[in-house]
Amino acid sequence: MQDSPHVALLVTCLVDLMRPEIGFAAVKLLEQAGCRVSVPEAQTCCGQPAYNSGDRADAQAIARQVIAAFEPFDYVVVPSGSCAGMVHAHYPALFADDPAWRPRAEAVAAKTHELVSFLTDQRGVTSVPAHLDAVATYHDSCSGLRELKIREQPRQLLKTVTGLTLKELEGSEACCGFGGTFCVKYGPISDRIVADKTADIAATGADLLLAGDLGCLMNMAGKLTRQGHKIDCRHVAEVLADMTDGPPIGRGQVEPL
Amino acid sequence: MNAPTAPFVGISDPAQGPRSPSAVGHGVSDQFKHNADLALGDAKLQVALAEMRSSFKGRNEAARKGLPEFQALSDHAKAIKQHVLANLDYYLERFEAKVKAAGGQVHWCNDAAEARDKVLAICRSAGARTVTKGKTMVGEEIAINHHLEANGILPVETDLGEYIIQLRGETPSHIIAPAIHVSKEGVADTFRAHHTDLDPARPLSEITAMLAEARGKLRARFLAADVGITGANFLIAETGSSVIVTNEGNGDLTQTLPKIHIVLAGIEKVVPTLEDATAIFRVLARSATGQEMSVYTTVSTGPRRAHDLDGPGEYHVILLDNGRSGVLGTEFEDMLRCIRCGACMDHCPVYHAIGGHAYGSVYPGPIGAVLTPALFGLAHSKDLPNASTLCGRCESVCPMQIPLPKMLRQWRERSFERHLAPARERWGIKAWAWLARHPQIYRGAMALAARLLRRPATGRIRHLPLGGAWTAGRDFPAASGRTFQEQWRRRARP
Repeated sequence: MQDSPHVALLVTCLVDLMRPEIGFAAVKLLEQAGCRVSVPEAQTCCGQPAYNSGDRADAQAIARQVIAAFEPFDYVVVPSGSCAGMVHAHYPALFADDPAWRPRAEAVAAKTHELVSFLTDQRGVTSVPAHLDAVATYHDSCSGLRELKIREQPRQLLKTVTGLTLKELEGSEACCGFGGTFCVKYGPISDRIVADKTADIAATGADLLLAGDLGCLMNMAGKLTRQGHKIDCRHVAEVLADMTDGPPIGRGQVEPL
Repeated sequence: MNAPTAPFVGISDPAQGPRSPSAVGHGVSDQFKHNADLALGDAKLQVALAEMRSSFKGRNEAARKGLPEFQALSDHAKAIKQHVLANLDYYLERFEAKVKAAGGQVHWCNDAAEARDKVLAICRSAGARTVTKGKTMVGEEIAINHHLEANGILPVETDLGEYIIQLRGETPSHIIAPAIHVSKEGVADTFRAHHTDLDPARPLSEITAMLAEARGKLRARFLAADVGITGANFLIAETGSSVIVTNEGNGDLTQTLPKIHIVLAGIEKVVPTLEDATAIFRVLARSATGQEMSVYTTVSTGPRRAHDLDGPGEYHVILLDNGRSGVLGTEFEDMLRCIRCGACMDHCPVYHAIGGHAYGSVYPGPIGAVLTPALFGLAHSKDLPNASTLCGRCESVCPMQIPLPKMLRQWRERSFERHLAPARERWGIKAWAWLARHPQIYRGAMALAARLLRRPATGRIRHLPLGGAWTAGRDFPAASGRTFQEQWRRRARP
């Protein structure tokens, strides 16, 4: 393995706020892969809500902040295909007409990776020392799949988790209906889309749903629990890092603060 | 020709059935949310959409896999259109000259009203009473049926799907499968209600029986028509020809039997040569229906010549601009590459959920969401570019590689700049952005929010204040209680 690169973790606003477990799982996986991990303090959000709402000025302001905070590191790693896609695919577009910021945006974009594909494609990780007795299915979150071409990488690593059986999900690449602010701006449509998704999930017979994006997972988990399904939901990093002792997304007990 | 004699209840009387306001082109896209709610509550529509989802599943993918050079063809098709759009004036003028040389006429129309009036004038010049139509989306765009009916001319749709929805007083809900929202049983009911001269006890459960019945009804219409109107998949600059593809052959009968053939086409439909059109055909049918080729491909060049056995005496091409030239040279130009295959709709989760009518536009789905604001104005259609999850599947299946999500975002930017988005949404985004630009305050706010959203014993929140749109149908998975940033700092790592 190469000498230890210095990786900055872009933890994402949703992981920071809702499910820090995913952030710690990411740190563990990166350290296992021989990386030094830092968490720049100046990070907040990648700017996607503003960008996708048409608020270009604010999206640029936030992007400049992210670029400045992350450019000193060898790599930027994100436990989300959507936020990684934002930095990787959209930051250069945001500054296409800005001679000062364009090269900085492109440089950060070039070294920004989604967590699982970083492990496999950049660090050559082929297996993980994890164990979980479960029948799982995997949802391909849209941005990771289409903007970053992440498809086989999580499946490759999940196959090496002892005790885990992976069942393919029919229409695994169909959107779950989350779509950032879409799920609240068009709640009824989003709800209809996720209901189709949970029907497909239930049809696999799996007892665990995995994905690489917390937004999609919260959407699907919320529908599954409302419908009374006994299917657990976790971020793929939690399973790969062997950190599945705590409650799944949308379930569990109160923890002491 | 004689006046129509066969009973054809419904079509000649626009008051017969409810006609969606979208039949006049635009204006109801601003009721998108309301339309969507109706569609979600329409049990029959939901059954039809579920069938559509499963019937389209994999078809496009299989057709692509069956053609290893699909990507190369798609690149080629895209390059042809790019070239045309960069030189549109040249090819259109060349096309016009060739049409004239072949004895036909070209009519340049700036907007829908001009195009409608031109069609009517041509029909009147022949004393037309019945007009048969092949499928044409530009015909929908200019609401030509409504205009002809209002002026005492009977338009008859001859594409089976269009025929069905015309009887029902509806508009297309898909650009290649206009009646995809109607079930087989719905078609049988429609035929029973309108073909009242036939035996009420006839069996109509088989698709073949319905097809035979429609064919019988339409045969008389083809023979009675004074004018035939078709769309055009392509206009060929080198020959002055128009080309249509159909699976039913109705287009051929529409354009060869009557005295006059009118072609309705957007100005972006021109390509340099027949060979170019052929290249694009190879990706068109595969993307539209999963076929290798459509069943019929028909090339028309001018009116009947002296030695021809059949064909129309007059050949007219209506070239419609209607906002298209305003898109040239802008960040929206790519949308003019669209070849109307419908693949984006067939793979869109939002279209799957609500169907085409909810868009309130002639062009539904992802391509409709970018075309409609350009053709009919953003103020009336601001919901359309917003009502997308930006999942990107539309772009991945588009054979012309139109960057649909990018253009949806561009419309959102214009909408945001012009303050068309609801104030609550705008200020919500602004507030979040402000917080995101102040990391220290952000961290404190998130630490507080994490406690407020902290996991109850069940791990889920059933009712979220201000989050009713989410919790109406879903639980909200609760937070762990302390943010990652807080916990990371407390670990006092080096």
